[in-house]
Amino acid sequence: MKPVIIIGAGISGLTAAITLAQRGQRSILVSSMPSERAQSVMAEGGINAALDTKGEGDSAQEHFADTLHAGCDLADPNAVRALTEGAGEIVLWLASLGVAFNRTEKGTLDLRCFGGQKKKRTAFAQSSTGKQIASALIQETRKWEAKGHIVRMNHHSVQKIAINEQKECTGCIIKDYYTNCCQFLQGNVLLASGGLNGFFGKTTGTTQNTGAATAVAFAAGAACANLEMIQYHPTTTPISGKRALISEAARGEGGRLFVRRHGEKWYFMEEKYPELKNLMPRDVVSRESVMACEATGEKNVWLDMTGIDGRVFEKKLSDLRTFCLEFLNIDPQKAYVPVYPGIHYFMGGLYVDAAHRTTVPGLYAAGECACQYHGANRLGGNSLLGAAFGGKRAAETILKGALEVECADELVLKEYEGALREIEKRTQAVSCKAIEQKLVACMKECMGIRRCEETLAEGAATLRGLQRMLETGKDASVLPVDQQLLLERVHLAQAMVESARERKESRGAQWRSDYPARDDEHFRKTTVARRNGEETTIAFEEIPKEGQPWHIA
Amino acid sequence: MAYRVKILRGSGTEKSTWQTFLTEQSEESSVASVLEELNSRAELRDMGGALAAPITWECACLEKKCGACAMVICGKPRLACACRLKDVLRHGEITLEPLRKFPRLRDLQVDRQKMFDQLGEMELWLENKADLGDEKRRNLHYQAASCLMCGLCLEVCPNCTPKGAFAGALSAVAAFRAFDQSAPGEHREEMRRAYTEHFFKDCAKSLSCQDVCPMKLPVEQLLVKTNAAAIWRRGEKKR
Repeated sequence: MKPVIIIGAGISGLTAAITLAQRGQRSILVSSMPSERAQSVMAEGGINAALDTKGEGDSAQEHFADTLHAGCDLADPNAVRALTEGAGEIVLWLASLGVAFNRTEKGTLDLRCFGGQKKKRTAFAQSSTGKQIASALIQETRKWEAKGHIVRMNHHSVQKIAINEQKECTGCIIKDYYTNCCQFLQGNVLLASGGLNGFFGKTTGTTQNTGAATAVAFAAGAACANLEMIQYHPTTTPISGKRALISEAARGEGGRLFVRRHGEKWYFMEEKYPELKNLMPRDVVSRESVMACEATGEKNVWLDMTGIDGRVFEKKLSDLRTFCLEFLNIDPQKAYVPVYPGIHYFMGGLYVDAAHRTTVPGLYAAGECACQYHGANRLGGNSLLGAAFGGKRAAETILKGALEVECADELVLKEYEGALREIEKRTQAVSCKAIEQKLVACMKECMGIRRCEETLAEGAATLRGLQRMLETGKDASVLPVDQQLLLERVHLAQAMVESARERKESRGAQWRSDYPARDDEHFRKTTVARRNGEETTIAFEEIPKEGQPWHIA
Repeated sequence: MAYRVKILRGSGTEKSTWQTFLTEQSEESSVASVLEELNSRAELRDMGGALAAPITWECACLEKKCGACAMVICGKPRLACACRLKDVLRHGEITLEPLRKFPRLRDLQVDRQKMFDQLGEMELWLENKADLGDEKRRNLHYQAASCLMCGLCLEVCPNCTPKGAFAGALSAVAAFRAFDQSAPGEHREEMRRAYTEHFFKDCAKSLSCQDVCPMKLPVEQLLVKTNAAAIWRRGEKKR
């Protein structure tokens, strides 16, 4: 088989590349920057697996039930079953690669409490779990690079997914950031390119997660699902130039949320949810935070970590404390940290089956760019798990039966460049920078934590305008390939807005002021966006039933 | 109040020129957000009013977790995201230059591929299941794995040259993990040879690397331990 092309070198892409290499299959790991700069290194709190080292009687079954419940019954139960049953193996494998997970005095893996789960299930390495996992995977990948199984192209971006007449994926066109040259890579493509952060400017993620890779897959005919499901993390805080995350681990270790009401501290989560208190699923905590601020006229919530034992800070939250001291000038052991919900994770993305196949043969997706495992709201600790498990699962699917296609390399590039030449002939000047700024402003406005038809319709109209500008004008200061990429992103943004418009209910991360109730009869379904040229359609499709796995043909 | 941002610009090996911009950002702003603000302007003009191309530089996380935005700020190598204007302003001015130990691509962007290649040449990986050890050792594994691979330690190192084989503190830090978690055997012998060649024989222990490390890694402790394991074979019998 030709080398598998993996787009994205974070935890999902690395896991996929290693899994392929272990079975003798070569891959090309394409990323805009080296793995050390991937968004995965920013994941903090931990990775879930029902290892039950605390003797609480935890089980994969409970992890399964909690994941589906937190996802408000939108996740594919067959996929979640495999995820939760495979979780222990993933965590133990990562430990065998050298990840310095926190351990108990007996040497067993320590587990912490995380939102939406009644039992301790989250393995962790202080409060930099993603970084620690990434470092171990990078080291393991280095071995397979030396053996020639993995080739890295780490200053490259994907510009187009190539499709043949049978609508199969034949490879992709990538661009070298250093030279601006494009080339065609032939083979099966696995997207592991992360979330759609770039549509919202500065989120808790990296500047590199523009969503462009998902947009080009969408343009190539791959369907997207649940695009409206965007997680607002309850505890983000402003730092210079962006919003940063305060890990859920802060609450897992005893942090409490309050707002000031008539000069008093109101611990609203503890009052309303006496069982799970500050550790309700993130969608609930974020909604309650917004409502608590509205009820009191306060601008932000406060995270009170002053009751956490000094030794816990030292052994489990040291990086979090350092971050607060350096970036916020706040010692969390002595003072409260101002927090407010902010965009953090995209549950939706490329529509994949439990084997991580997209709707385009030969094209696969794993990690945050795929819509899998999390339904309408993701549990803390399930993203690192989903990334590593999904990367492994996708690689196994490719090993079992990859698509063998042949195509003429030169023709693909020639066609691509020919289509772009049309842009160069245009006379009307547009500014891609200004269009991107408008795109971000529009998405922030209409895809906020609370949505309604009026602002969504306005957003859709704005996006149509941006689409027309990009289709008819030319920005002489950017490469045509990059103008085209921005256009593909605008199309995906339109699909996100239309998905939110069509789901006329409130569920998980989708909070509609005009449709405040959950409506299982019409919307306990997957929102599926399909693009055919300039047209995008939204449909609601049945969620697979347990034991009746759905396969993309 | 407006501050002056003086940037050393140019591509590849062409001659560099200084270009100065004005910023109205507060002195609490990070250098990274100053650069982002300059590049977000509809038209970027320098202090003399001349139209300027956007400034090329690299960033990803903007919160000291990824190491992308390493550059020389006011003469000192730092991460632009973790450096506030007020920490570095001198007479209302800051200067920004690319790292000098790596080939310049454009403006503040350099090609740091050499760092990654050298870790491969040093064969820093495990051929066995990781030996995780006790809490004390695990704590050091954790710290070593926190290395951002930003390259600041190479920038300040007197023994590191752009074309030399010396791989610098980041390689000793990565080597600590590989040695401490690996089992004795053929591969470990290969790592010993490569470590001697790429690190041990040329490190003069100036330890400027420890001072500059944005993660405040205990570089000295880690490299002493790596030397003990790699050169003096300490700890092999015990495990």
